[in-house]
Amino acid sequence: MSIIFKKSVPGRRGVRLPKCDVPASTEIPEKYRRLSDAPLVELSEIDVVRHFTELSLKNYGVDTNFYPLGSCTMKYNPKVTEKLAGMEGFASLHPLLPQLRHGDLLTQGALAALYDLEHLLREICGMDAFTLQPMAGAHGELTAMMIFAAYHNKKGNKKSEVLIPDESHGTNPSSAAIAGYEVKPVPTNRETGALDLEALRQKIGEQTAALMLTNPNTLGIFNSDVDKITEIAHKYDAQVYYDGANLNAVLGKFRPGDADFDAVHVNLHKTFGTPHGGGGPGSGPVGVKKHLVDFLPISRIVKRDDATYALDYNYPDSIGYIAPFYGNFSVCLKAYIYILLLGAEGLIEVSENAVLNANYILHSLKKEYDVPYLRTCMHECVLSAKKQVENGVHALDIAKALIDRGFHPPTTYFPLIVKEALMIEPTETESKETLDAFISAMKDIAEKAASNPDELHKAPVTTPVSRLDETLAVKSMNLVFPLDVNE
Amino acid sequence: MSYIANTANEQKEMLKACGLSSIDALFEDIPERLKPKSFNIPHGKSELEVSATIEKMASRNYSHLTSFLGGGFYDHFIPAAIDALASRGEFYTAYTPYQPELSQGTLQSIYEYQTDICRLTGMEVSNASVYDGGTALYEACQMAINATGRNRIIIDGGVNPIYRKMIHTHTLNLSIELCEVAVTHGQGDREKIFEALNKDTAAMIVQNPNFFGVIDDHSDIVNKCHSMGILVIQSTYPVALALIKTPGEIGADIATGDGQSLGIPLSFGGPYLGFMATRKKLARKMPGRISGLTMDTQGREGFVLTLQAREQHIRREKATSNICTNQALCALRANIYLSLLGKEGLKETARLCLNKALYMKERLKAIPNIKVYEDLPVFNEFVIRLPMDAGELAGMMIDRGFAAGFPLGRYYPGMENYLLVAVTEKRTKHDIDLFAETLEDALCQ
Repeated sequence: MSIIFKKSVPGRRGVRLPKCDVPASTEIPEKYRRLSDAPLVELSEIDVVRHFTELSLKNYGVDTNFYPLGSCTMKYNPKVTEKLAGMEGFASLHPLLPQLRHGDLLTQGALAALYDLEHLLREICGMDAFTLQPMAGAHGELTAMMIFAAYHNKKGNKKSEVLIPDESHGTNPSSAAIAGYEVKPVPTNRETGALDLEALRQKIGEQTAALMLTNPNTLGIFNSDVDKITEIAHKYDAQVYYDGANLNAVLGKFRPGDADFDAVHVNLHKTFGTPHGGGGPGSGPVGVKKHLVDFLPISRIVKRDDATYALDYNYPDSIGYIAPFYGNFSVCLKAYIYILLLGAEGLIEVSENAVLNANYILHSLKKEYDVPYLRTCMHECVLSAKKQVENGVHALDIAKALIDRGFHPPTTYFPLIVKEALMIEPTETESKETLDAFISAMKDIAEKAASNPDELHKAPVTTPVSRLDETLAVKSMNLVFPLDVNE
Repeated sequence: MSYIANTANEQKEMLKACGLSSIDALFEDIPERLKPKSFNIPHGKSELEVSATIEKMASRNYSHLTSFLGGGFYDHFIPAAIDALASRGEFYTAYTPYQPELSQGTLQSIYEYQTDICRLTGMEVSNASVYDGGTALYEACQMAINATGRNRIIIDGGVNPIYRKMIHTHTLNLSIELCEVAVTHGQGDREKIFEALNKDTAAMIVQNPNFFGVIDDHSDIVNKCHSMGILVIQSTYPVALALIKTPGEIGADIATGDGQSLGIPLSFGGPYLGFMATRKKLARKMPGRISGLTMDTQGREGFVLTLQAREQHIRREKATSNICTNQALCALRANIYLSLLGKEGLKETARLCLNKALYMKERLKAIPNIKVYEDLPVFNEFVIRLPMDAGELAGMMIDRGFAAGFPLGRYYPGMENYLLVAVTEKRTKHDIDLFAETLEDALCQ
């Protein structure tokens, strides 16, 4: 480990700035002045470039190799989107510019891209309007919960609960709770892997503000009764939310709007090809049906009669500001470019190949691994390490053994309702030979689990570090490099 | 254009392996009645065609104006090495470092970023980022409410009005009482602030420099708040922190801000970088990812995501926050920026901003009919009073090639003639002189 702060050499400079061309005598008055300099590093440009290049070599991305992290849709990110979004005309555009008088005319290109993207997402999801402002999926969930609350408040509905299936992503209950709702879990039918309709009927009532669903769900199963569920919910004026985390499975095959969902979020960084950035930035636009349009956050982008675009703040029922400006603009722009490149037939091919790839993996591994729900899956399949556990090999060991075989592991121990879960999402961009290589690695691991489990317990051995002690990390709480070490 | 590798033949082979006859068989779970009612999306295009479309859109944006627009978001210099390093595929095509053995690059850079933020703010712990400076402020409110068990938040009127609006939206349905204290003479009004504090108050929010660009020493507010068990949240501007008193030095409990100024392009509002730093004792109340140092099975040092028991994927509805995906790539950029600029470079950048702002202030002051609003110490931004509507003047200056600044009337009724002007190291003396001459000329018309 070579922390950058240890490399600092007093006097080194990484950037040369222009000489000050105005009188440079001013100081901050003493009362307001920082007492001692910020102890940042002192390095040359090449020191910094080598340091971060070294760090990058200790990392693994989609560009490195197969990254089947379930629920995260780690597809290939086209390079052209990066290039175009980085153009000066977008990158140096100040967000307050359109707030000047007639300022929207100064940003017509940017506003047009956002307007078009909103309309494309409407059509893809079957919704009536979109906001692009939420800056991640969880932010979209929270935004929708606030929109639901505003809707119920306006109608005078007294509602306190949000129903959430037990297989859902952790962000669902967390977002509902942060919006001020009490969370009630709804069980999954263990036979079918779909939401238990009977249990739903028992739990739902006048107190239900909303129901949050993911379809296909986190087991990779499409719920064919989803329109019946929205019908049940609407009897109580409960709003139904579609978590679009798994939208990559159903582009052009199913639109949440057609099944009467009231609101939906999509993850541009999953379905629409924008990079995950090592944990962000993402973007989680929210689409709604007509009855919720007035509650969308401001500003909203409108097209004038003269075909110019403007920002409109005049929506008295709006929930207000959820972002400082128009969302993670450059992420939205990349997703827009992605949709223009693929078009209708390209998007349909995305889902067809994503689902095909997942089923290919499922069918190729069903002998070696336990499959809790053996049926056609959607864009991801969930296996269990149950058989391997008999030899003391857990999902974690399988994940780590995959690392030694050159692959990023799938999501493990999720969904929570499957013991020893391995959630595999290959995405559409992976080739047959990549999938075959992964499948043989998985088969090899299954064989080793029987013949030499100890080898798997030691994995990974090919990485810069082996398994790390998470308990020690919590205990020692070393979250910041201390001062006065080699400085 | 499609990014699918497999050929039709390969797809057929794979279908056969699955025991299926067609692609349609994969979608049998979707009943006929749930098939899309329409899917009216244009045909796909080539990279060449789409590039031409997008380049044309970019050219319709006025990104060429000489800009004095700030308001919390600034046109700072971005060294080329940042783009070169942050665009390495190993960084930007990875996701949250759930598998630490494969993610030491991301995890170490988060740890270094956390260290940078603490060294800049004078605080003890930092998280790996939240969406933006406004979200950071709202999350800080939640931390204070959790830590104190109280539900009243006092906000100084000098806090960015957009952030105040965001806090308002986020707390609408929660039993949280928000109380805003108007700024009277350019700085936080001590008398009114102290009057607003009471035993139900969880936190006091201040900003330094405030929205008018004025710098302040909030130590007295911190002392008063602490004597009443109230936490102080200070939103701040990281480049200014090279020179001005830090949240740590005044004794603030939580420091927040937007890290856009640290090597992140303006990009029409995002992605930006919400930073949050606090005291060790509040670390477990902090939202978001945190990277920590530990050991591997062979005694080697390495990094992991830590204190995860706070987070939504473990705690679900009991988590401290719902945040999952954050602004990791922007935090990496900030880490690279601060490493390149370093101790002296950041100070020099801040000095350039300060000196140019003061030069410009004097230059504009000399123009008849222009007054500087409450002539108080500033960093790189200040307010002038014009003899006319500031919005109208800004419009006239656009025609002359300048983004003159931000007219305050939009967020501060009664201040229609006031313009907020920002300067960074990128503006030259020539830019400033030309601006002053043009402004004087425009006012004469």
